[in-house]
Amino acid sequence: MINYEPNTPNLSDANHNILEVKNVSMYYGSFRAVKDLNLKIQPNKITAIIGPSGCGKSTVLRAFNRMNDFVRGYHLEGEICFHNQNLYAPEVDPVQVRKMIGMVFQKPNPFPKSIYENVAWGARINGIPGNMDDIVEQTLRQAALWDEVKDDLRKSALALSGGQQQRLCIARALAVKPEIILMDEPCSALDPIATLKIEDLMRELSVNYTIIIVTHNMQQAARASDYTAFFTMDPDRAGVMVEFDTTTNIFTNPHDKRTEDYISGRFG
Amino acid sequence: MNNAIDNNIFANPGNLPKRHQIGKIWSTIFFASTTIGIVALTVLLLSIINQAMGLVIIENKIDPMTLAERPLEELPKEELISILQANLSKNRIKTIEKEKPLDARSQIDIYGLVMERVVQPTVVKSYTLTQSLLSRSQIEREAVEKYPNAKIEFRSWINFTFLKKTMSSKPELAGVSTALMGSLYLIAITIAVAFPIGVGAAIYLEEYANKDNRINKIIQTNIDNLAGVPSIVYGILGLAIFVRTLETITSGAAFGIEGNNGRSILSAGLTMALLILPILIINAQEAIRAVPDSLRQAAFGLGATKWQTVWYHVLPNALPGILTGTILAISRAIGETAPLILVGASTYITTNPSSPFSKFTALPIQIYNWTTRPQDTFRNIAAAAIIVLLISLLSLNAVAILMRNRFSRQRL
Amino acid sequence: MEHEISKHLVRQTAPVVTSSQEALASKLRMRFRPGETLIMGFLFVCGAISIATTLGIVFELTKESLLFFGKPEVKLIDFLTKTTWQPSIGNFGVLPLVTATAMTTFFAMLISLPLGLSAAIYLSEYASQKARGILKPVLEILAGIPTVVYGYFALTFMTPLLRLILGKENVQIYNTLSAGLVMGIMILPLVCSMSEDALSAVPRSLREAAYGLGATRLETAVRVVVPAAFSGIIAAFIIGISRAVGETMIVAVAAGSGPNFTFNPLKAAETMTGYIARISGGDLAYDTPDYNSIFAIGLMLFVITLSLNILSRRLVSRFREVYE
Repeated sequence: MINYEPNTPNLSDANHNILEVKNVSMYYGSFRAVKDLNLKIQPNKITAIIGPSGCGKSTVLRAFNRMNDFVRGYHLEGEICFHNQNLYAPEVDPVQVRKMIGMVFQKPNPFPKSIYENVAWGARINGIPGNMDDIVEQTLRQAALWDEVKDDLRKSALALSGGQQQRLCIARALAVKPEIILMDEPCSALDPIATLKIEDLMRELSVNYTIIIVTHNMQQAARASDYTAFFTMDPDRAGVMVEFDTTTNIFTNPHDKRTEDYISGRFG
Repeated sequence: MNNAIDNNIFANPGNLPKRHQIGKIWSTIFFASTTIGIVALTVLLLSIINQAMGLVIIENKIDPMTLAERPLEELPKEELISILQANLSKNRIKTIEKEKPLDARSQIDIYGLVMERVVQPTVVKSYTLTQSLLSRSQIEREAVEKYPNAKIEFRSWINFTFLKKTMSSKPELAGVSTALMGSLYLIAITIAVAFPIGVGAAIYLEEYANKDNRINKIIQTNIDNLAGVPSIVYGILGLAIFVRTLETITSGAAFGIEGNNGRSILSAGLTMALLILPILIINAQEAIRAVPDSLRQAAFGLGATKWQTVWYHVLPNALPGILTGTILAISRAIGETAPLILVGASTYITTNPSSPFSKFTALPIQIYNWTTRPQDTFRNIAAAAIIVLLISLLSLNAVAILMRNRFSRQRL
Repeated sequence: MEHEISKHLVRQTAPVVTSSQEALASKLRMRFRPGETLIMGFLFVCGAISIATTLGIVFELTKESLLFFGKPEVKLIDFLTKTTWQPSIGNFGVLPLVTATAMTTFFAMLISLPLGLSAAIYLSEYASQKARGILKPVLEILAGIPTVVYGYFALTFMTPLLRLILGKENVQIYNTLSAGLVMGIMILPLVCSMSEDALSAVPRSLREAAYGLGATRLETAVRVVVPAAFSGIIAAFIIGISRAVGETMIVAVAAGSGPNFTFNPLKAAETMTGYIARISGGDLAYDTPDYNSIFAIGLMLFVITLSLNILSRRLVSRFREVYE
């Protein structure tokens, strides 16, 4: 397979990849869901993963913080390196991985507890030092939610709107102080205004965090990401990465015919 | 087939009316079968109430009018004591004093003693509620003819003193307090043992067990099969293991408590715990399975360990369901009789259990025992005890339903 | 640890600070969490207790049964063919207990099978939401009543009723008919709810197909839905039989106390469970023929009910495979 090196002349930190996927294949039982993947993720950038449904986008994203470990029959071949450290080495503890690589899910899934508790819980179990009230305030501010909820911190998180819930889930992830935030179609359950807020938020967060987002919405990828990886399904239904490049290049000057078809098809 | 062609197909319905008629008949039959449940329940409850109250013919050994001029219950304590002393031998007074000195007792207590030891009212005949209502005059005539000294009164066998009194060989003096205490003790032990183990097993099977693993598959199948084992077989197991093999523990001998044998309340509680475990586990598993997976994912995504996820998120959300299931399992344990017979519940015992190693009796055992006595009056108090049992079960289930409703409202 | 803390403090203000390779490796390394391991161990033990229970039942029943059949006076052939059961004086023919159990079970099923199935058809195919809302709880209450109460009901209501109808001279005070009929009422909710589950699992499309061909509601229910749910319904019947065989208190109270080899349901006869309950009611001395005999009977009960339950579960899972 061809390894698509990102075409990035202006990379500030070009010699260091925060995440590097090396010859990875993933299986559900005997079914190969993702095939021969090679990918390098740049720090402090937003990388979008796009492609038709069923092409293994979510599987790849969940592989980064080992959330697939819970799926029966799942296994992975190859290496996923985080700062050159293989996350799938036998001595690596998946719990530790998830502390450093946080995740926001497709549907907002706040705990049925207070807003405050939602943010504080992750920080507490991970022993994040500092005054908990400050941590909660700081992360809620980071997630651009503080002004909306500062008077209702003790109210149930389930009373928030969908968009607010999703920003709460982002705040919850931030409170654990990860380096990378994985977002699995975080706006698919939200209305356009809430979606826009999340996209703005991602942009702000990318100053401090590396963000990888799976999206089925190509406009979102074009708007909000720095890099884009395009996945599709090969004839034996395994997901393969077709092309990886800066978002501008992918959307204006794709190398591969399949990318072009997909993008033009959607933009129609 | 018809030579004449009908323009209107509805004009020739063929066999349809007949088919509809048959359908109607059967739907009536189906409905009737279903209502038989209601009929059975009604008849059952009525037949119990029917036995639990009615007219009784009472004969006193000594007419209270010969003891005092006023009704006995209005007499002051001192007068009642003197009646007692006048009518009982010194020795019997002494034994009563040994339990508790007469002066230290309350007026009601002394009155009870006078009634029990001196007046000694005996129910010579009791009637069911229907008999009492339908043929009262006939009963009165019979009473005058056969029991000239007796009086007729309406008696509800289920009353407040029935709850407070202990076992007695005279049905009119017997009560269920010992049996109630025994049942409470028994249930406490059962819950203490079965709840943690049952919930633990459910957590293991739902959250930890690899479902492709053979041992875990065997455990699951085994639990499902155990739920169908007859309760009397659990009784046999309890007899062999807890009563006999582990006698040193279940009699308390291992803890320096002597004088008991393995037929203790502890043996019964452990047997009952084994009996309800499969039901409890299956109910708890369902409650845990109902917790949405997104919560687990959220917790794991924050770097929580398995136990942190289970303890902080899965269990709190499954708890109402688990508690409801537990209550249902407990109500099964409260009514179970056969295993208690096997592990040797006593049928005649007047002291409340003082420790887990005590001999004991329980409400269903008392009902069984009274039901199998030949005298009618024992049937009456058996009915009264059944009402006590059913009311406790009903209130438990009401709690379970309330909890379930509150839980489902919260979810919305 | 110190490094971890300082890193977090820095990261609150500044963007990613790359930690040294070694520090990262040690951070990611598998933690030994003794608490987690201990808890998992405890939870596994909880699950395994059920296995221990089964093994305990099998072990104790087999051990004592072997002692029973090991006695020189007990011969397996007599046990299975003789018609007198009096272990204390050396008569070991189990047949009277078996026939009594068979009779009570037969009458119980005679009540609960047709009524349970009809009620299930009504609830699943006919009843409105409102009717279900009333009828289901009633059946649940019926299922929750302790069996000793049913025993009382059999003795104080059903038996007098039978004697009224069939004549006092024909019906003994204790008889298997009364116990069996009341047992049928007790099992009715179980058969009904399991059959109803089976009926409601039949896909709507099948019903719609039948209606589309012009079938009436009855024809749809009886010719299409019931046959489709057949194995599930049979499973319910089998569970019902298993429950009837293992039921103790109704027969202990109402069927009679004393083995009696008879096929007359109006006479007293003692069932297997009734015998166990009566013998162990007093202070039963260990290692007597009586004591050992309850284990032999218990083993029979266990084997019968377990095989019925397994058979029923097989049928249910086969039924599920078809429609899920």
